[in-house]
Amino acid sequence: MAPVVQIQNIHKVYDSGEVPVHAVRGVSLDIQKGEFVALMGASGSGKSTLMNLLGCLDRPTKGVYKLDGIDVAQLDKNELADLRNQKLGFVFQGFNLLARTTALENVELPMLYGRHRRVSGSAIRERAMHCLDMVGLTDRADHFPNQLSGGQQQRVAIARGLVNEPQVLLADEPTGNLDSRTSIEVMGVFQQLNDLGITIVMVTHELDIARYCKRNLILRDGVVVRDEPTEFRLNAAEERLKMGEAEVAAKLTAAPFA
Amino acid sequence: MRFTTTFLVALRALRRNTMRSMLTALGIIIGIGAVITTVSMGNGAKARIEAQVAALGRNIITVYPGNFTSGGMRGGYGSASTLTAEDADAIAAEVADIEGVSPEVDTRSQVLANGLNWNTRIYGESADYPYIKSWRIAAGSMFGEQDVKSLAKVAVVGKTVVDQLFPNEDPVGQTLRIRNLPFRIVGVLDVKGFSSYGSDQDDVVIIPYTSHMRRVSRTTSVGKILIEGSSPEKLEVVKERITDLLTQRHKGREPDFTVRTQEEIAAAATETSKTMTLLLGGIALVSLVVGGIGVMNIMLVSVTERTREIGIRLAIGAHGRDVLLQFLIEAILLSVLGGVLGILLGIGASEFASAYFGLPTLVSPASVILAVAVSTVIGIFFGFYPARKAAELDPIEALRYE
Repeated sequence: MAPVVQIQNIHKVYDSGEVPVHAVRGVSLDIQKGEFVALMGASGSGKSTLMNLLGCLDRPTKGVYKLDGIDVAQLDKNELADLRNQKLGFVFQGFNLLARTTALENVELPMLYGRHRRVSGSAIRERAMHCLDMVGLTDRADHFPNQLSGGQQQRVAIARGLVNEPQVLLADEPTGNLDSRTSIEVMGVFQQLNDLGITIVMVTHELDIARYCKRNLILRDGVVVRDEPTEFRLNAAEERLKMGEAEVAAKLTAAPFA
Repeated sequence: MRFTTTFLVALRALRRNTMRSMLTALGIIIGIGAVITTVSMGNGAKARIEAQVAALGRNIITVYPGNFTSGGMRGGYGSASTLTAEDADAIAAEVADIEGVSPEVDTRSQVLANGLNWNTRIYGESADYPYIKSWRIAAGSMFGEQDVKSLAKVAVVGKTVVDQLFPNEDPVGQTLRIRNLPFRIVGVLDVKGFSSYGSDQDDVVIIPYTSHMRRVSRTTSVGKILIEGSSPEKLEVVKERITDLLTQRHKGREPDFTVRTQEEIAAAATETSKTMTLLLGGIALVSLVVGGIGVMNIMLVSVTERTREIGIRLAIGAHGRDVLLQFLIEAILLSVLGGVLGILLGIGASEFASAYFGLPTLVSPASVILAVAVSTVIGIFFGFYPARKAAELDPIEALRYE
């Protein structure tokens, strides 16, 4: 089967300043359906630029990027928008939910822009509820983002990313704004979705978060310096259990002083 | 994205900031309200003037003599003595669709009665005069056609003359001396008050024009001829017929008369109130433009404040057009909402002005339609720039915006 993401010798040069910045210098990459990739690197390594390229928010200066067999270079601005809408789901570090808009309406948002799809309001609502169910938030559908915890907000964002049944779910530092316990909760959601066959590409700079993925890519100075399957892969469900046990243990030991 | 969805999205965005939306709309509310109020006050004033003019006589056509020219010096309208009583007779005899004709001669003179004297205006008119002028006789009666034919020395007097010469007395049947000739008073005119030019319309003595021409002013020409048409619709036709007839009668001379209808005179009278309406409307329009700039200002702030939202929308597949439309609809909604509330405010203010200050007002449907149209145009015009700014944002930059 053809890879969902096919990148051949891709370059990105920013020309805006006095000196052109060569952010990505020749990355080649294939991502198969069902993969769970962690993209790692220090700041300035070019991982954000690569993520923008993968997300069709930006176009490569040189090289070929085929998403689900479609050559991105041939598309204009609106066609790129449609491609993002149909083939990609986005999860951001800062959640980026619309304020004063319910969880359900936030999830519905990508379907409002979808062309020639699901025109009836009830079908849209049903599909959005289904996606909220996938992240376990059906009981929070009518809540506003400010009434939800960080983890819940990120799960709403994930549901929004899933709503148009994308080929790839792109997550940019999805745990960056969360504490470790909530991070594990969110990684658990990603693992469950990946088990259902959803392809996930995630940018992170936390090594232990990357260990929940299946494949680790490390970028440095705009080139891929390491690309290997995850060693000692973590399972979110087990980690949560362990964390719970550790807390109980901490409480037990603390008891005499209480 | 379907239009209805965009509409709902825009509506939702406005509802999220109810307070700010209301304050923004306030500029438009006041602007439209001011426009509606001033226009309705102008219309009211116009209607009142028209009513006053109509009260002077509904369908009056007036023939003025031409201008008098002597050795290169040109007099104004009515300075020549080119109209005669025969012209008036010809009009009465030959022109159809007229109800009354009165040649008018006037002069100022001292009048004596009762050992008192008073300087007043003496008009020579036909028996049709009160009918043409819609002027009722308060006591006694108008002199008849027989009096006109026989050059009778009879007079009808106005209220002011009565007050001056016959205090506490019934003037009907009494004698009045004009240039030493005794005139018997047969009637008293109803009080008409001051004209719109400020002259006392009741300060008159009216006698048959024949008597006036032969006995008082000793003239062969008349000052003007008043004609009452049978209906407002026929006024123009009658005017043409009169013009044709007089052109024929005055053949061989330069055009030496002018025919005017009451409508033209009314038009001149309403011109003043029209100018006032225009002036006030202009000021109101300026406030409307200021309101529009307020909308633009808030929309620009809104675009900046919601940069991230725009970034999200663009990232998940919104076209620039969708974002443009959303913000444009928001601006239009604000303006139209302001427009509708402004119309209510304007109507309310007009009602208030007529109820408490006695100013006549008339809210015209045209001004309401215009107000709605103007507020929509303001929404589009002042909303377009912020909306385009939003649509042209780069999604990457917008998402990174703090």
